[in-house]
Amino acid sequence: MKKLLSNRNLRSQILTYGFVIAAFVVLQLVAAGGGMSSSLKGMLVPICAYVVMAISLNLTVGVLGELSLGHAGFMSVGAFMGVTAAISLQNAVPAPGLRLLIALLVGAVFAAVVGFLVGIPVLRLKGDYLAIVTLAFGQIIKSIFNNLYIGLDARGFHVSLLQDRTNLEQGGRLILGGPMGISGIQKISTFLAGVILILVCLFVIFNYVNSRTGRAVMALRDNRIAAESIGISATRHKMTAFVLSAAMAGAAGALFALNYSTVVANKFDFNTSILVLVFVVLGGLGNMFGSILAATALTILPEVLREFQDYRMLIYAVVLILVMLGTNNAKLKSLFEKLRPRRREEQS
Amino acid sequence: MNFLNFLISGVSLGSVYAIIALGYTMVYGIAKMLNFAHGDVIMVGAYVCFFAISRYSLPPLLGVLLAVLLCTVLGIVIEKLAYKPLRAAPSLAVLITAIGVSYFLQNAAQLLWTSNPKVFPSFLDFGETGGIELFGGQLRVSYITIVTIAACVVIMLALTAFTGNTKMGKAMRACSEDKGAAQLMGINVNTTISVTFAIGSGLAAIAGVLLCSAYPTLVPTTGSMPGIKAFTAAVFGGIGSIPGAFLGGLLLGVIEILAKAYISTQLSDAIVFAVLIVVLLIKPTGLLGKPVNEKV
Amino acid sequence: MKKFSKTLALALALVLCVGLLAACGETGTQGGQQTQTPETPDDEGAAAVVIKIGGTGPLTGGAAIYGNAVKNAAEIAVEEINALDGIHFELKFEDDQHDAEKAVNAYNTLKDWGMQISLGSVTSKPCEATSAETYADRIFALTPSASSTAVIELDATADPITYKDNQFQMCFTDPNQGSASAQYIFDKGLASKVAVIWKNDDVYSQGIYNTFVTRAAELGLEVVSDTTFNDDNAADFSVQIADAQSKGAELVFLPMYYEPAALIFNQAKAAGYAPAWFGVDGMDGILTLEGFDTALAEGVYLLTPFNADSTDARTVAFVEKYQARYGDIPNQFAADAYDCVYAYYQACTAAGVTADMSAEAVCEAMIEQFTTMSYDGLTGDGMTWDVTGAVTKSPKGMVIQNGAYVGLD
Repeated sequence: MKKLLSNRNLRSQILTYGFVIAAFVVLQLVAAGGGMSSSLKGMLVPICAYVVMAISLNLTVGVLGELSLGHAGFMSVGAFMGVTAAISLQNAVPAPGLRLLIALLVGAVFAAVVGFLVGIPVLRLKGDYLAIVTLAFGQIIKSIFNNLYIGLDARGFHVSLLQDRTNLEQGGRLILGGPMGISGIQKISTFLAGVILILVCLFVIFNYVNSRTGRAVMALRDNRIAAESIGISATRHKMTAFVLSAAMAGAAGALFALNYSTVVANKFDFNTSILVLVFVVLGGLGNMFGSILAATALTILPEVLREFQDYRMLIYAVVLILVMLGTNNAKLKSLFEKLRPRRREEQS
Repeated sequence: MNFLNFLISGVSLGSVYAIIALGYTMVYGIAKMLNFAHGDVIMVGAYVCFFAISRYSLPPLLGVLLAVLLCTVLGIVIEKLAYKPLRAAPSLAVLITAIGVSYFLQNAAQLLWTSNPKVFPSFLDFGETGGIELFGGQLRVSYITIVTIAACVVIMLALTAFTGNTKMGKAMRACSEDKGAAQLMGINVNTTISVTFAIGSGLAAIAGVLLCSAYPTLVPTTGSMPGIKAFTAAVFGGIGSIPGAFLGGLLLGVIEILAKAYISTQLSDAIVFAVLIVVLLIKPTGLLGKPVNEKV
Repeated sequence: MKKFSKTLALALALVLCVGLLAACGETGTQGGQQTQTPETPDDEGAAAVVIKIGGTGPLTGGAAIYGNAVKNAAEIAVEEINALDGIHFELKFEDDQHDAEKAVNAYNTLKDWGMQISLGSVTSKPCEATSAETYADRIFALTPSASSTAVIELDATADPITYKDNQFQMCFTDPNQGSASAQYIFDKGLASKVAVIWKNDDVYSQGIYNTFVTRAAELGLEVVSDTTFNDDNAADFSVQIADAQSKGAELVFLPMYYEPAALIFNQAKAAGYAPAWFGVDGMDGILTLEGFDTALAEGVYLLTPFNADSTDARTVAFVEKYQARYGDIPNQFAADAYDCVYAYYQACTAAGVTADMSAEAVCEAMIEQFTTMSYDGLTGDGMTWDVTGAVTKSPKGMVIQNGAYVGLD
């Protein structure tokens, strides 16, 4: 039984990696053949960023079992810090690939640090109270970035809050200008980098879930009291998952921001946090493959609906409701089950 | 005197949050779901009232009643179509459906009533000054604030009496404690939750009218931000606690205004939420929430 | 098991989506069957020159009013032009929800459709993102209303600043408005102590605020109160008003759109505060706000290029047509969009643009035309553009009296 279980886990992991790689290869072939619309081409990088967001939030919501309503906050930290790093290294590191890598790492590290700081109070709370505090942190992060000024000149970085007091020397550059956000970003994100980031994140998550800490976290999710009674430290283990999730969101933020010439704090608001949560719930809690599919489908959907013009977002809302009703409908569920009888045996 | 004036502004803002939070906490406490569409039902209520009074020149009271009636119906329909089929599903699935409903209402409102803002009629601005002046005009309390607070108190008392004494109210409390056990006791959980939605949506209409009387610009997204703030207020006060929602709303408004006045208008949001975090760390189940002891 | 069935359902949905999208792309490249202009008159059976114009703007969400105003006005202009002989236009306007990411998506959809010239994006941040795309793809863009300088700048850190050669604006740039407002207040002696209330999560508001404060300091205007609000707390202004009042500001400068301004007027009246108010072009539209008591806006100064109450024949005709069709009175966004389409008409006619020209060829022709031509429109006479892409037109000082604009000069 144990062997079977680990086998099945392995199989679903390989399926997930395989799907991502196959999708990448197919899309690259289509693009090379000139058969891809600009519309789809333009969405490849943001889809990758949203996929990473979805799987990282799935780590918090699905594996750790805590509802987070402020995940876009970490994305925002990664976006602003990653872009700041990329801009400051524009001359020092001419190779865009390397610069992107550094930006992603910087974004991930800063988001991890913020994740740790946020995690200290958040993980002491439970249930909806925890959720509301993550929402609060999301709002605080947005508010701070709307009032933060970062400048760079020959003397180094200058940071100020509320007002632009950076007093840059001649030739200096105000990178982040409060509500203005960052302008004039060189677009260095690529689809390849996005796919690699997805694969790396999947690798980290799958290994984490199967590690000692991961199993401890899932034990805590399923029954905190029972887990604690056998000596599992709730805070420490939960913190690792939370920080990991924040770091991935940070990298996703950097990838996303470096795909556009401009970024503002308001992009990463409550609505974005909710959007990512929709991906996770739709894809299934703890189901990474589902998150990938849901994030992709829901990012493409509004674009597909463009031909409905004024009714586009109305139809989007209806589709969202119907999908939720459909995937939770008992009759449909049994229909799908009939399609795969082999699976049922394994389950039982 | 300035401080008192700010305090009054804070109470006016807070009373609006409070009245929305009452509806929120009603649904949230009993059905245990985050009804993100609540803010948008508020918006619909405000539009109905606006059209009744401004376009069709109905008397204000009739407009409000019409809004309450239509929102109650809307709440029942939404519940029937979108939430009821998910009764057995995990609560997060219902949350996503609620978000879908919220998008739907906002976009439908835009298609029906365009995105051009409307100014809500000021039928609560009695007289020349629209308020009571104290200390020779140095302090001023607007009638809207007084009406809102009075409405809050009335609704709060009515809800407390309703949930405490009537059969349906007791059923609601039972459902909120334990749906399974309630069902075993012969309570129709489905109907109880549907009634909760109907009441919550009716309250949303009143909240919409008062929100737009106090801050009279009406657009299809009018309800979303106050909705989130009210949700915060409901949690702040303690989930499911009716007086808690009232207190949470008032405090949220007062903190917001005082933070703006004495610290920084730019960072007021960050300060409000920071206070919320600190309070929840000290009292992890909100101001008036009951601590739940876990049984092993 | 549950997981699996869900995954399968999702996978099906995904395949469906991608399939649909691919199909969309195909029909797009084959010549765009979904167009918003109803019919091209088949006069004399000869194929008229039809140029494809695309644009993006918020048609849904919180900023939908601006995008819809632009779309509606552009449609009117295109229809009028198509009724004439000569060059005809085909317009396609896509929703960007006031978001840079969605704007780039919308832009790519338009590119697939075969857009030859662009109306850019309606709001500043999305337009910054699409302007980087139109610059790289060599598609000419003239935005009606995205007023931040970053839209036309290529490299703001270079010395001197370099500009995108194919990005042009129909509206004033924000810094231009800020300093013009300070100058106006100073020249007319409206006040010496000034308060500013601005929106600190908005590029437009901050852009105007920054230069206003700088210019005010140079002129010796004293900014006694400086307060902000943002999207999340745009309801209660009591603190901002009390601050301006207690510091004795004689004039309050409001670099913002008209919806928050309406709330500010309302609450200032309740607080018994009656300073002079000074708005910018975003204030235009306040008088036509449905249900708004125009007495509250009595005496408000504003700098705006457009006046819907103007007796100018073209403006009257435009306002009438707009109102008849869409039920609202057009604001300056609409007027700017109307002007954009007519400016394109003038430029395309002068350059002899033909339908089979590539976007790149049209782009070169437009750059040449726009840097040399002069255009008379609803929002100003004798408008010219320099190589940076910024427009030169003079803002008109207006004051609201008895519910109508009255020219100050």
